[in-house]
This record gives sequence, C-alpha cells and structure tokens, in this order.
Amino acid sequence: MSLAVRKLTVHLGTRAIVSDVSFEIPPGALAFMVGPNGAGKTTAVRAAAGLVPASGRVVIDGQDLTGLAAHARAHHLAYVPQGHVAHWPLAVRDVIAVGRRPGVSSLGPRRRDDDDAIDAALASVDAVHLANRPVTELSGGERARVMLARALATNAPLILADEPIAALDPRHQLAVAGLLKRLAGEGRTILAVVHDLALAARFGDRVLVMCDGRLVADGPPAEVLTDSVIADVFGIEVARFDHAGQRGLAPWAVREPTGAAP
Amino acid sequence: MHLSLVPALLVAAAVVAILSLLIGPVSLGPATVLAALVGRGDPIDVLIVQELRLPRTLLALMIGATLGLSGAALQGLLRNPLAAPSVFGAPSAAALGAVIALAAGVTDVLSFTLPVAAILAAFLSVAALFALAGRQANMLTLLLAGLALSSLAGAGVSLALNLAPNPFAALEIAFWLLGSLEDRSFRHVAMAAPFLAVSWALLLATRGDVRALTLGEDVAATSGVNLARLRWLTLVGVAAGVGAGVAVSGVIGFVGLVVPHLVRPLVGHDPARVHVPAMLAGALLLSAADCLARIIPATSEIKIGVVTALIGVPFFIWLVLRRRRDDLLQSTGGAP
Repeated sequence: MSLAVRKLTVHLGTRAIVSDVSFEIPPGALAFMVGPNGAGKTTAVRAAAGLVPASGRVVIDGQDLTGLAAHARAHHLAYVPQGHVAHWPLAVRDVIAVGRRPGVSSLGPRRRDDDDAIDAALASVDAVHLANRPVTELSGGERARVMLARALATNAPLILADEPIAALDPRHQLAVAGLLKRLAGEGRTILAVVHDLALAARFGDRVLVMCDGRLVADGPPAEVLTDSVIADVFGIEVARFDHAGQRGLAPWAVREPTGAAP
Repeated sequence: MHLSLVPALLVAAAVVAILSLLIGPVSLGPATVLAALVGRGDPIDVLIVQELRLPRTLLALMIGATLGLSGAALQGLLRNPLAAPSVFGAPSAAALGAVIALAAGVTDVLSFTLPVAAILAAFLSVAALFALAGRQANMLTLLLAGLALSSLAGAGVSLALNLAPNPFAALEIAFWLLGSLEDRSFRHVAMAAPFLAVSWALLLATRGDVRALTLGEDVAATSGVNLARLRWLTLVGVAAGVGAGVAVSGVIGFVGLVVPHLVRPLVGHDPARVHVPAMLAGALLLSAADCLARIIPATSEIKIGVVTALIGVPFFIWLVLRRRRDDLLQSTGGAP
C-alpha cells in the first residue's frame, strides 16, 4: 500500500498553512515527518487523512481518497491524533474496538476475530494489563500506547500518526518506534509526525522535513538530516556518534541558521 | 448488566404508570381501575380512567422517554455530560414558537400546526447552538452559546407576556413556561405521537456512531463515521421530540440532563448503550414526577415542570461540583 500526496495545499483564511506539498511513501516504509513547531506537520497529516479541506490529491495504491465516503476511506487508513482525547470512561478494550468495522453498526456483539485483533494490538504496545481499565484513568503515556493500539487493531494498511511517541518515557519511546519499524517491515505504510530527530534518524526509512508549510527535504535519514538542513530548519547543532556499528545523532546546541537554502 | 437493566426499567415504568392511573380527585381502587382500563365496570369509572387518566399517563411516559433519549443523544454527540435540551434553551425556544403561532392566530391549541411551530423554533435554536459553538466546541463555548440562546428565548416569551392583550392571554402563555400534563386528552396524544415517533427513530439511529466520538471527531471521521449525518439526525431528532413535547405539555426541564447520568454507570459509560435505558428511565422519572405533582398537597395542583426543575437543578449543581473536583485532580498530577 503506497501513499502518494500531490500538491497538497491547505489555506486558513488567506494564509497557506501547507503549500504545495508532494511526496510518495512506498509500501512497507516507515516515514517520519519532522519540523519546528508551526511548520504545518499536523495540518499536512490531517489533510492527508481527509480531515481538513485541502486542494491537491491523496492517492493510496492508485485509489484517490478525495472522493471516497467516510467508511470506505476508513478501510484504507487509520489516524492517531495528537493529544489522545477520551471523553467517556470506556474500558480500554472498547476504545480499541473503535474503527474495527467501518460502515458496520458498532451495536452488535463483538466477533471472535475482533477480540483477537484487540488482544494482539494490546500485546504489541505492551498494554495487555490495561485492557479493562477505564481509558480516562490512564497516564498520558499509557493512553498514547492505547491510541496506537487502536490504529493497529483496525488492520488498515496505512497509519497516519500525529506525535505517537511524544508522551512516552524513553523505554516506551524506543519500544514504540521499534514497533512502528516492525509493522512497516510487515507491510504497513506508516507516516508519523515526531519531534525526536534521534529516533527519526535511527528508525525511519524516510524523513520528511517541513518548514513554514513547505516540504523542504525528503529522503533517507542519512541524506536528509545533514548538519546544514538541521541548522537551517531547526536552528540547532547536532552531535554525531557511532554506537554498536550504527550512526546516531543527538540535538546538542542552539545555533544561528547558516543562511544557505536547504 | 445491560441485559437485565432494560427489563427492570420496563417493569418499573409499568408499575409507576399503573400507580399513576390510581391517582386523581375521584378515589378508585386498583381493581376498579384495571377493570375500567379494559372497558368494564361503572361507565363513569371507565370514562374517568380511559378519557381522563390514561392520556395523562401515556403523555408522561412518551414525553419522559423523549426527553431522556434527547439528553442521551445530545450528550453522545457533544461528548459533554452537561449537554441537554433544557440546558441549551431548546424547550424555551419551542415554547416561544408555540406562543408566537398562537398569538399570530396561525393555529389553535389542538391543531397539528402547533407542534410544527414548536418544532421549527426548537430546530432553529439547536441549529443556532451548533453553529455558535462550532465543530470543536469545548464545554465552555457550548454552555455559553446555550446560555445566550436560552436567554434569548426567555426574553422572547417575556416579551409575549408583556404584550399580551389581556390577562387570559397572559395566563395561556404562562402555561407554556410551567410544564403540565393536567387535563390532557387523547387528542393531545394523537397530536404529539407522530412527531415523537420520528424523533425516536432518528435519535436511536445515532447510537452506532457515538461510541467512536469518545475519541474525538478526527478519530470518528477516520473510523468511518459520517459526522454530518450524525449531526443532522441529532438536530432534527431533538427538535422534533422537544418541539412536540412542549406543544402538548409546556416546558419540562432537566429530565434530559438527569436521566443519562443515572443510567450511564449501569451501561459501563458506553455512549452507544445509554439511549434505550435513558428512554425507559425518562418515562419512569417523568411518570413518577407527575404522580408527585398530583400527590403533594397544595391549593392548586403543582406543575410538573416545577417538580422536575426542583429535582433537576440541585442535580445540575452537583454535576458542576463534581466537575470542579475532577478538574482539581487533573491539575495536581492526575491523568491528563
């Protein structure tokens, strides 16, 4: 399942929040979208999910999402929003069941394969013990994992996630990033907004860099997360190191942009 | 738990309904009432039970069910436990619509055009609420928008009272403000029933979609929920129910607020399973309140709208206090 976004533009009043963004993510790839606050990452991902009116096209495996009804679109993609709202104290299991069967009434009893998918999703985010807890009583990190599990349980081939890692402790950050990588390896296509450049560099197959509503860099982490791009877009300097045979980076110091266009 | 809840509520509502047939200025025993219900016994008793008491009991059940269901549907759509038609002034708007239609001479109190006018006004008020509060309405925006609309409808009714040509007209308008089921006939039942049936059908059709809304509109929309359809169903369903109810009974508040709260813990807080128990509990509560209104000794009969407000307002205050406690918990390191 590949995702192709073409000339995506979102206006808020007269201001372009996202302008002319085009990219393509091949099947089974994990792409991280990074960029400073206010770069338009959330809006771009919400527009790709069909949640904000936008011009341009979103095509999944050759199928244009723009004209699809809500339930048809839901078969193609699962969305994990930022913030993880939960308005009623539903049990975690019931929360994860949301979106399992788009277009089918949720009133009937759950089927066996629904429960199996829910169990598998809970296990993959290390949240089996939370299954019967009210979702409103979970900590921020627990809730983030449950929301990701919900997207996994839908079995949608494309997952769009807005900061699925931000609220997690270091151990779960690594675990969830590793899980996303594994899911991509199993054939899902994943686009996740993150702030953590180190995780993006280590786990991403692709990194998309947004700045001022534009996509300014797009490619494998080693090619995209160069010192000059990071300096120009984020205004910081990174430290680079080798660990266990892999290259890593860590944000290190604030610095002024070089002035060179990325 | 859910499976036994519905039959339990059905039985309880039936018991209260039969009790309510026993209450009235003429003292009739249970055996006499049951016989009269099937048309046997003294013709006067039959007349009293079938023509005077039965319509009143039926209206209490029907309108109570509608109010409970409206509250459940609105709370589900808006993900807001303080949402209810009366909190947003929909019944006052419906009353205003009815008063205007009467004052303009377009309709009389027993015509089908009266509920239509009330429904139209209720529709406008709920639509205005949705428009004012916007899509991502938080609690504060919603309550403020509701307060504004409620005040506007209240001012409109006051103006009508103010401009009333004579004391009798003023008295008739005051009737809309104090909900009552006194002296209702089968004519009233027939007038409201079709609209209430439409309201039930529309609001029950929202059940399948509200659970996904627990996780917000973005997750619901990407999970296959057609949000525009859901909003329309709720809007028209609430307007039809509240408008038709007000047209025959005047303003009866707070049932829609209180009832979903009472049943929610019994269905695991699942917004999709609140509707049916809320209907039954609403029917039960309003019938009980109507019995209470008739039993309380007073120089003239207590209006049922007054009884529900006296029960509902303290409950509303308790809800606000509980929210304050929850907010306090969250700002001191509880779950966000």
